Amino acid sequence: MHKVIRVLIAKPGLDGHDRGAKVVARALRDAGMEVIYTGLRQTPEQIVETAIQEDVDVIGLSILSGAHTHLFPRVMELLKENNIKDIIVIGGGVIPEEDIPELKKTGITKVFTPGTDTGDIIEFIKNNVKIT
Amino acid sequence: MFNLEEINRKEKEWKKDILEPYKIKHPEKLKEFHTTDGEFKVKDVYSPYDMKDIDYLEEINFPGDYPYTRGIYPTMYRGRPWTIRQYAGFGTPRETNKRYKYLLREGQNGLSIAFDLPTQLGFDSDEPRSLGEVGKVGVAVDSLKDMEEIFEDIPLDTVSTSMTINATAPVILALYVGLADKKGIPREKLRGTLQNDVLKEYIARGTYIYPPKASLRLTADIFEFCSKEAPKFNTISIGGYHIREAGSTLVQEIAFTLANATEYINAALKKGLDIDNFASRISFIMNSHNGFFEEIAKFKTFRKMWAKIMKEKFKAKKSSSLLFRTHIQTGGSTLIKEQPLNNIVRATVQAMSAALGGVQSMAISCYDEGLCIPTELAQTTAVRLQQILQNEIGITNTIDPMAGSYYVEHLTYMYEKEANKLLEEIENIGGAVAAIEKGYIQKQVNEAAYKYQKEIETGKRIIVGLNKYRSEKEESVQVMRVNSLVEKEKIENLNKLKSKRDKTKVLKSLENIREIALSDENIIYSIVDAVKNYVTIGEICAVLKEIFGEYKERTFI
Repeated sequence: MHKVIRVLIAKPGLDGHDRGAKVVARALRDAGMEVIYTGLRQTPEQIVETAIQEDVDVIGLSILSGAHTHLFPRVMELLKENNIKDIIVIGGGVIPEEDIPELKKTGITKVFTPGTDTGDIIEFIKNNVKIT
Repeated sequence: MFNLEEINRKEKEWKKDILEPYKIKHPEKLKEFHTTDGEFKVKDVYSPYDMKDIDYLEEINFPGDYPYTRGIYPTMYRGRPWTIRQYAGFGTPRETNKRYKYLLREGQNGLSIAFDLPTQLGFDSDEPRSLGEVGKVGVAVDSLKDMEEIFEDIPLDTVSTSMTINATAPVILALYVGLADKKGIPREKLRGTLQNDVLKEYIARGTYIYPPKASLRLTADIFEFCSKEAPKFNTISIGGYHIREAGSTLVQEIAFTLANATEYINAALKKGLDIDNFASRISFIMNSHNGFFEEIAKFKTFRKMWAKIMKEKFKAKKSSSLLFRTHIQTGGSTLIKEQPLNNIVRATVQAMSAALGGVQSMAISCYDEGLCIPTELAQTTAVRLQQILQNEIGITNTIDPMAGSYYVEHLTYMYEKEANKLLEEIENIGGAVAAIEKGYIQKQVNEAAYKYQKEIETGKRIIVGLNKYRSEKEESVQVMRVNSLVEKEKIENLNKLKSKRDKTKVLKSLENIREIALSDENIIYSIVDAVKNYVTIGEICAVLKEIFGEYKERTFI
């Protein structure tokens, strides 16, 4: 267990729009969490590797390109393959409501769609991550 | 008509005798009012006195006359309205062709191609990095065959085509020219625009591939190629739009765009091109954001600043080299998921600003922006919006009707001063490339974006439907879905193509590109030859990646 919540904010796939990811990363940091931002164009493999290396509590995935249907489940698959059970994965971006149930089935805990208040993300993480 | 000193005296009197007493019983809603991006204070009222430092003939003048503040052409919309140019493209070339024909039938004047992310980043549809991305945000293009299908029954010599492509612009240009050659259309007849603006990709949009030096070389090669082969083609569309969408303020949008533009011009001049041989083919893509009067002033400021930069800094001689020709997209980031029909109102106001701002071409962001890429209905609504503005409300009957508004003229004058300050800071750092490499520009944009979000969350910035006036019941709109079989079809077609083409010619073409990439020669000609042999984008870009390397992003939160 950590003293401080550690979060990885990641941009999977080819989408280059990072305004939301950066704003969330900064908000989490200002709320006292340790945040690692991966930068653009991460493969699911790179994301999971970084998450393991950085020993994070949360992975936040951001996609606006519509490729979430493939990339989010792929990340979940890799976490399973690596036997990672205690990282919470959340998502954000341009994700239609009707896609969310399927994503949740793969293990994504929550999807924060456009218009989300960063306070809600902070609260969610604090309520769902155990720290010492 | 104006005795400025008398007016100033009277304003002070008005404040003392009428305004202040009135405010005691009827206070103003806020202690201070600001421009919509929060940067500058806004007075209660503006008068002729606020224009006291502005010399009409020197700073404003008449349309089509230096410094072009009132419009770049003498007749503006009285001669020709702005081009209706909706951004579109998705799935397979065939589906995109269908949407283009629809839009042209509905009254769109020019095409604007959206390419998918693999195409923008130099990956073919069958590459591992393309999985899940093919055809999602634009049309998937791998080879000349795809261009042939996109443009089936669309006349390249009469329809102008704008292409939102940056790092892979050399290849897309080659494909367009290659297609024209195949159809027997003279290159001199081709009209259109390549976005070709990699500097803003590093700042705000993320579809860069190569490092800045190589990118600028490719940009300059495109300038040179078009000046010789396709002189009616706009070689670049410098934005603007994307930097603002990433969260920048209005003044940052102006200054960062012009700083980037300066780098491109310097790159072309270094290559030995004459300024008047390529300057008239430089164009821009700006945002039309909230801030109705502010945006109008912004376009005027741009026209003035560009004309002055081209004349005084770069010593351009032809008047066509001084014209700030711009497309706009209404601010997609201002549109929200909640109560989507309200977005039509937002887009209308933004389009009005652009029309009163004298832009040359418009794309309206559609009401379903927060949900998906546009449905046919959303696109049609956007086209109709422009047609209504052009035909029903009389704003095109006279040129630059907002000139003389004390507020707008004040803003224009102020924005020029402020943007010049920021431009000077960037010059002192060493120019846009240096500023990007140091993260100077990105940090400013990130800061502005964060501030904006905080203002929404504290309620300081009201967004109707989001943090105020929320609806219990949300109307549902149709969500556009890209056909899930696109990827499979594209991969099959790619395999077919690769089995049919002449492999020797393919290898020779790639070898030729490699040689030229290592030299100082213009690389576009060799890429045109390659695409005619059905070499794919992925194959060409892989060679260029090998030679030029890849840009490594430094992340700043």
